[in-house]
Amino acid sequence: MSAAEEVVAEGHQAVEAVPKRAMTLGTGTSLVVLAALLIVPMFVKNFIIFQMTMLLIYGLAVLALNILTGGSGQFSLGQSAFYAVGAYTTAVLMEHFNVNYALTLPTAGVICFAVGFLFGKPALRLSGVYLALATFALATAMPQLLKLNVLEHWTGGVQGLIVTKPDAPFGIPLSQDTWFYYFTLAIVLAIYIFSVNLLRSRSGRAFMAIRDNEIAASAMGVDVALYKTLAFGVSAGITGVAGSLGAIAVQFVAPDSFTFTLAISLFLGMVVGGVGWLPGSIVGAAFIIFVPNIAEGISKGLSGAVFGVLLFLVIYLVPHGARQVALLSQNLLPRRTKD
Amino acid sequence: MELFTNQVLAGIATGAIYACMALAVVMIYQAIDHLNFAQGEMAMFSTFISWQLMQWGVSYWAAFLITLAFSFVAGIAIERILFKPLAKAPVLTNVAGFIALFAIINSSAGLIWDFTIKQYPTPFGSAPFLGSQLISTHQAGMIGVTVLLLLGLYFFFQYTRIGLAMRAAASVPESARLVGINTSWMIALGWGMATAIGSIAGMLIAPVVFLEPNMMGGVLIYGFAAAVLGGLSSPFGAVVGGFLVGVFENLAGTYIPGVGNELKLPIALALIISVLVVKPAGLFGRHIVKRV
Repeated sequence: MSAAEEVVAEGHQAVEAVPKRAMTLGTGTSLVVLAALLIVPMFVKNFIIFQMTMLLIYGLAVLALNILTGGSGQFSLGQSAFYAVGAYTTAVLMEHFNVNYALTLPTAGVICFAVGFLFGKPALRLSGVYLALATFALATAMPQLLKLNVLEHWTGGVQGLIVTKPDAPFGIPLSQDTWFYYFTLAIVLAIYIFSVNLLRSRSGRAFMAIRDNEIAASAMGVDVALYKTLAFGVSAGITGVAGSLGAIAVQFVAPDSFTFTLAISLFLGMVVGGVGWLPGSIVGAAFIIFVPNIAEGISKGLSGAVFGVLLFLVIYLVPHGARQVALLSQNLLPRRTKD
Repeated sequence: MELFTNQVLAGIATGAIYACMALAVVMIYQAIDHLNFAQGEMAMFSTFISWQLMQWGVSYWAAFLITLAFSFVAGIAIERILFKPLAKAPVLTNVAGFIALFAIINSSAGLIWDFTIKQYPTPFGSAPFLGSQLISTHQAGMIGVTVLLLLGLYFFFQYTRIGLAMRAAASVPESARLVGINTSWMIALGWGMATAIGSIAGMLIAPVVFLEPNMMGGVLIYGFAAAVLGGLSSPFGAVVGGFLVGVFENLAGTYIPGVGNELKLPIALALIISVLVVKPAGLFGRHIVKRV
């Protein structure tokens, strides 16, 4: 270890570059998906509506991670922590202060943005592995922080808190589940549109410049530190909103629902959906919600192994996740019609 | 004063385990530039293997050696089959691979041996060491085994051809290849040794934290903290970091009010973040300059 400094060429790229155009769906496809999301709940049972709500919520959380990783090329294995902060903010505000549920969402978003921004402050010194490491530690430490005795009065300690599900307002004849589904859908859509525009904006281009080559980006005048922290904050904020929606949907928060496993799931969702492809988030969410159910049907306790094996299959066979599958099928379709 | 000495000694004993974990993490980091998030789970699985062997009537030290050999081979196999194909992939893919490995090992251990907590024997007993109340024989044993291991590794890397080849492959792979070193196999060898070192950590800590599939979670975080404190590019630093972190953890638990077992992990988190903020390269790490 005699050399004081070591010069390395940038060998490992953090994330493969995704062209900006390839990040979203075309208008036609988007409208079809939207129509399906609007109409399907009218014809299915409450349990399925609940599952669809969870699908949207996890989709939102995966989307948040996607902005961070696919957009700015930073990693986070600690999304479960921000999700937890969001969920607890809502639960505490609703149960202890009787705040309306809709108002808790922006509060959770702002608090998580602040937490993420502050956590991202040291993170701006960290590249790839170090950031993954710090967030990994955050995710592992979060349940213990939530169980702290000092906070027990507010958080309910190990027991957690029970959250009341809101009724539909203005006497709209919808069940609680259906109402909350549409409520979630509206929020998710708004955030999705915000995210798409964010990535198309000046900030989005700055994120991507940092992702592709940090040094070149700073040479072009991008404030690397600011944008890296900003990406972290935005991602944490959106995850927080997902967390508070999740708390209302599940009607319960407890420290052990927000373990490292949740962080893995969200990370997995992003990889399966395709890093940097925003619509893939919902595919990834579907994967992390339904695959464990199937796996547990095969054998209890096996779900982790099935998760892991599938993740390996994805990174070997379709490293770009659902985006790759979507592109493949897109390329196949016109050829078939020509024949 | 006696409390202080006692806590420092106990800290050195757990620090020995963190040093082993940190060393395992750093060895793989040196070889492939990635952090192995599954290191703890690999150690846990090895520990279960040794437990199973003992259940079948194998004596402690025989089980210990068989487990070492098993871990060594398993580490090489994991590198050859799963991670060699990812050598040129982006960081994200590698992180995903480690997470997948984490999930697979954790859940299969749960499936094979279930999640109930098991007693794990210690070969050293738990009587007071040399009649002193300061430290138990198991803690002394933990320190002793670690020191032996570290000496062994030091001589291996410093005075054997293959140790030299491994160091060369880790620091300048291209030049190492030019002088005829099979760098690819050196990486595999590094994986095998790291896995074996991790399994020693697992078998030594198991009597303290009890055997169960999630037992290494906290230990791994402290191992990471130790590696970061010492500097990820320095095996020596990792060891020093391990002992420092162990002592720090125990002293913080004793003297800072409100910090008990329940804050164990947040302390590690705080430690990691403060080191990264104050001295990102760690105490003994090299500062790495990037070229465009």
